[in-house]
Amino acid sequence: MAEIIENLLPHVVEKWQELLECTWQTLYMTGFSGIISFVLGLALGIVLIATRKGGVLQNTVLYGILDKIINLFRSIPFIILLASLIPLTRLVVGTAIGTKGAILPLIFGTVPFFSRQVESALSEVDDGLVEAAAAMGTSPIGIIFRVYLKESIPSLTRVTTITAVSLVGLTAMAGAIGGGGLGDFAIRYGHQRNQIDITFVTVIILLVIVMILQEIGNLIIKRTTH
Amino acid sequence: MIELAGISKSFVTKGKNVEAVKDVTLHIKEHEIYGIIGFSGAGKSTLVRCINLLERPDSGKVILGERELTNLSDKELREARKDIGMIFQHFNLFPSRTVFQNVAYPLKGRGLSKEEIKEKVLELLKLVELEDKENAYPSQLSGGQKQRVAIARALATDPKVLLCDEATSALDPQTTHSILKLLKQLNQNLGITIVIITHEMAVIKEICDRVAVMEHGKVVEEGEVFEVFANPRQEITKAFINTTSALRKIYDLLEENSPVVALKPGEKILKLQYLEKSVSEALISTISRKFNIDCNIIFASIEIIGDAPLGGTIIIAQGKAEDIQEAIRYLKERNILVEVLKDGGNH
Repeated sequence: MAEIIENLLPHVVEKWQELLECTWQTLYMTGFSGIISFVLGLALGIVLIATRKGGVLQNTVLYGILDKIINLFRSIPFIILLASLIPLTRLVVGTAIGTKGAILPLIFGTVPFFSRQVESALSEVDDGLVEAAAAMGTSPIGIIFRVYLKESIPSLTRVTTITAVSLVGLTAMAGAIGGGGLGDFAIRYGHQRNQIDITFVTVIILLVIVMILQEIGNLIIKRTTH
Repeated sequence: MIELAGISKSFVTKGKNVEAVKDVTLHIKEHEIYGIIGFSGAGKSTLVRCINLLERPDSGKVILGERELTNLSDKELREARKDIGMIFQHFNLFPSRTVFQNVAYPLKGRGLSKEEIKEKVLELLKLVELEDKENAYPSQLSGGQKQRVAIARALATDPKVLLCDEATSALDPQTTHSILKLLKQLNQNLGITIVIITHEMAVIKEICDRVAVMEHGKVVEEGEVFEVFANPRQEITKAFINTTSALRKIYDLLEENSPVVALKPGEKILKLQYLEKSVSEALISTISRKFNIDCNIIFASIEIIGDAPLGGTIIIAQGKAEDIQEAIRYLKERNILVEVLKDGGNH
């Protein structure tokens, strides 16, 4: 058995410790920037829903500004964002390379996308529910938490899963400019040295990560949909 | 109880200014069931939302009891809304919450203990006869059951007023009837004032004490249900009456020259309508005996509104022309509206 694996995946066996480390880096980048992006994106999405026209805390000026900033960041390709954020990253985390250096660009790349997703998930909440809550004397803040967020848990889970999966993809890209992780590993060995088995195994690992994320998401959606 | 004084509200849609409610003044008395009827787009939904200020009127005052709601701060208004329950056409129950949690919703954050909330919710569910559904989700309920849950939820804060916005429009006639019966019971047992918005005549007839007829944002006619529908002054009111009265059918029959309305000489088709609440005499027997005419009832449509019959009868009267004239005079004296629809001529 060991012999077969060695024959099929010679380079993987040779560098399995580095592979393990890179997998951990990918998980670390996804987790760390994912949690921060989740909090920021959720907050922004809520602000968008609350301040939009007809929202519970309507403020068209604030909405207009946020809307344009989000569009701006969403239209910048991630690879350019990575490069152009280097000075800011240095300032904030002290280094622009390695796993630590990748966190900030990942957050900048994810938050605008996620806040739009949150906005669309929250806007699926029936206006009638908001009206009913208002008629029962619920405050605007109460409406945000007790109606918008509570009633859209399945949709929020769905968009969180989508965003998390795309974040895994972004971490691979961040790796390309010295961020570490599985993307970096695959490019350095699989691509540049033409060690096909490395690329193959990397893809399998990423696939497993994505599948696990998706399954967790599906489970939560199933549990919270009535 | 509720005073609406000079309420106006307009919206801007697609660049156009639409006046949804124009200078409406209404007084709704305590403990009554007040109906507001109008076709869609008449502004009745906007008007009812002006009562709890879900829509803030551009001008005019809303007074509930002693308080002028239009003068309250946002916070005071939220407190005041606990005195005004509201139910909706599409129920607006929270789909992620069970029946129990839906009814408990307005009780949260009011300093009640878990036990107190539980007791109150179960009591409300008993009131709407849904004790066994406390753990069901709204998606598992029928339309009528959903509206019952919505009623229980609206009553949780012991409101003095219940606003019903087309609350039965999404329900079948039988369910509508059972919901209206429940509303009537609540009105009688709890003394709650009910305001009902509807486009269905049947709803007004079944439970309302007084009614306002709305058209193009204005109240065009208002008063006791019986008075308004016995003597409709506006075309729109007549149109609503026609939606439920079978009497209009006679006009179709006359137009088609149906054999039902074929007359022999000496016969006349008469339409008799009650105008007053006092009708308990056996009028048709009386005229038949007194004036020596034969009365053949083709059809009748009589409904009991506010404990008095409203509607009319179509008869073919056969006899001498002068006897029929006498009979008509006699009926008119008793406040019956008599119309000769067709005359078969003399012998």
